[in-house]
Amino acid sequence: MYRIGSGAGFSGDRVDAAQPVVEAIAAAGEGGAIIFETIGERTLALGQIAKRRNPKAGYEPLLEQFLPPILKACVENRIVIVGNFGCANPRAAADAILAIAEGQGLPGVRVAVVEGDDLVGRVDIDATERWEGDRHLPAPSGDVIAVNAYIGARPIAEAICAGAQVVVTGRVADPALALGPLVAHFGWDWNDLDLMAAGTLAGHLLECGSQVSGGFFADPGYKDVPDPANIGFPIAEVEADGTFVLTKADGTGGCIDTRTVKEQLLYEIHDPAAYLTPDVTLDLTEVEVVAVGRDRVRVTGARGHAAPATLKATVGYYGDWLGEAEISYAGPNAFQRARLAVTIIRDRIAKRALDVTSRADVIGTTSVFDDDGGTLFAEFRGKNDGDYRVRFAFGGEVAAVEAAVQEVNALYCCGPAGGGGVRQNVRPRVRTVSHLVPRSLVSVSHSFIGEAP
Amino acid sequence: MTRNRITVPLHAIAHGRAGDKGNRLNVNVIAYRPEFWPILLEQVTEASIAALFAHRGVTRVVRYELPKLQALNFVIDDALEGGVNSSLSLDTHGKTLSFLVLDLPVELPPHIMPSDTAIRSDTPNLDPVMGGVDNE
Repeated sequence: MYRIGSGAGFSGDRVDAAQPVVEAIAAAGEGGAIIFETIGERTLALGQIAKRRNPKAGYEPLLEQFLPPILKACVENRIVIVGNFGCANPRAAADAILAIAEGQGLPGVRVAVVEGDDLVGRVDIDATERWEGDRHLPAPSGDVIAVNAYIGARPIAEAICAGAQVVVTGRVADPALALGPLVAHFGWDWNDLDLMAAGTLAGHLLECGSQVSGGFFADPGYKDVPDPANIGFPIAEVEADGTFVLTKADGTGGCIDTRTVKEQLLYEIHDPAAYLTPDVTLDLTEVEVVAVGRDRVRVTGARGHAAPATLKATVGYYGDWLGEAEISYAGPNAFQRARLAVTIIRDRIAKRALDVTSRADVIGTTSVFDDDGGTLFAEFRGKNDGDYRVRFAFGGEVAAVEAAVQEVNALYCCGPAGGGGVRQNVRPRVRTVSHLVPRSLVSVSHSFIGEAP
Repeated sequence: MTRNRITVPLHAIAHGRAGDKGNRLNVNVIAYRPEFWPILLEQVTEASIAALFAHRGVTRVVRYELPKLQALNFVIDDALEGGVNSSLSLDTHGKTLSFLVLDLPVELPPHIMPSDTAIRSDTPNLDPVMGGVDNE
């Protein structure tokens, strides 16, 4: 059996989640791995921007909080750390990890970086096919910041087989973070598609961290989660045949049952018969989940088909600017005053001919379910008295967006009675569009940092 | 014996989660109990989901059935006002939209009482019906 745990499921996850996971794997005494998945669709573009400003930046900002509490225990207990926390700058992340190791008196920790996902300057992205889910998005007009392919598990496995104790990647397919250590440990044949599918499934269920163990799950009275301030991140106990039990460390909060596993099994899945990854096409349609103990769910039935011919690559562009501004109305007739504020801002934008896209939500009526045109808001029939917050959003060039936001601030004196609590924020946006890139244009490798070649 | 039609929110018989990729939303809908699975199959359709999202201008809804999980997976195209990097919505990911789906009214068949659907689970992990096991 091989144990793989999750230490983080997104950039910004709880920084103290990894310790109980490492302690549990270490206590079993058989080594294992812990994975960190910290890249979202736009993270790489933000990392590239940070790297341009500072060549030592561009990796996961929380790296220096994630790793120090666990590095020593991982090294001493043969627990390989695998993370895409390298983001846009895996070499700088590796340097940072080596510095942490040195600071903790751990000389000679072997840190490998996986490279090849960064396609800037290597691929003419306009000559490639756009991913069908983005086919209706308008053509981006800004400059390209980042182009990164989702690469597979092979360079991760090779780095571990070569002795890596920490593997730092940029963009990889999220489940590859787990498939890599599994292939390295069991020596699975890359052509055994059902095993590739099983390892990919384990990775899919682990890569969002607590989302499989009671995070993003609590619905009081319907789906209660014990001790949600102390959720135990998941650990997969994987057998050589690829079947596994999902569990978590004793003494932690959260829960793992068939409901938590089912929700995560289908999270961000489109066709369940064809979850495309660089390593395999995963077929989930025969997967079964069975509770076999408290916080223990056995997962079986993953099937694999040939991997797709192309790799998905996310292209990050400079987008337009986003301005947000909010103001509150409460007490008698607050709804009508809030609605009037929306009308006033619409009229002001028209009068000044500000070239912005805009949206207004009256929070407390209907907001996140609505569309930009306010269809649901127009139908809303609620209480006139209450506590409402009007939230405006504007998109466009920076000057127009700033002017629109300033109009919301001007509601203080010129708007409806009793408006208070204006907050405003203007920031640039990164846009992303996904393309499909031929594999022949992507070449991946691993190398050790801080060692003579 | 017949009774009047009884309608409950989907939330009373199913749970689920939303995810995003670009401008494409997926929402899974999972039956709490085996007897609710036929209700999902019959009433939570591509057309009913498309109607829930009509104001968002969706262009396509595809439903996938997973009988081994007693779950449906909906893939909803162009539901996210451009997606996480373009949308002006507060919830650019569309993470809240699973609960728009779970607000869909469903009609209970005569053999299921409304009291059967009021899922209360203080110790979900110990309730076999809820998917856990009692091993204490």
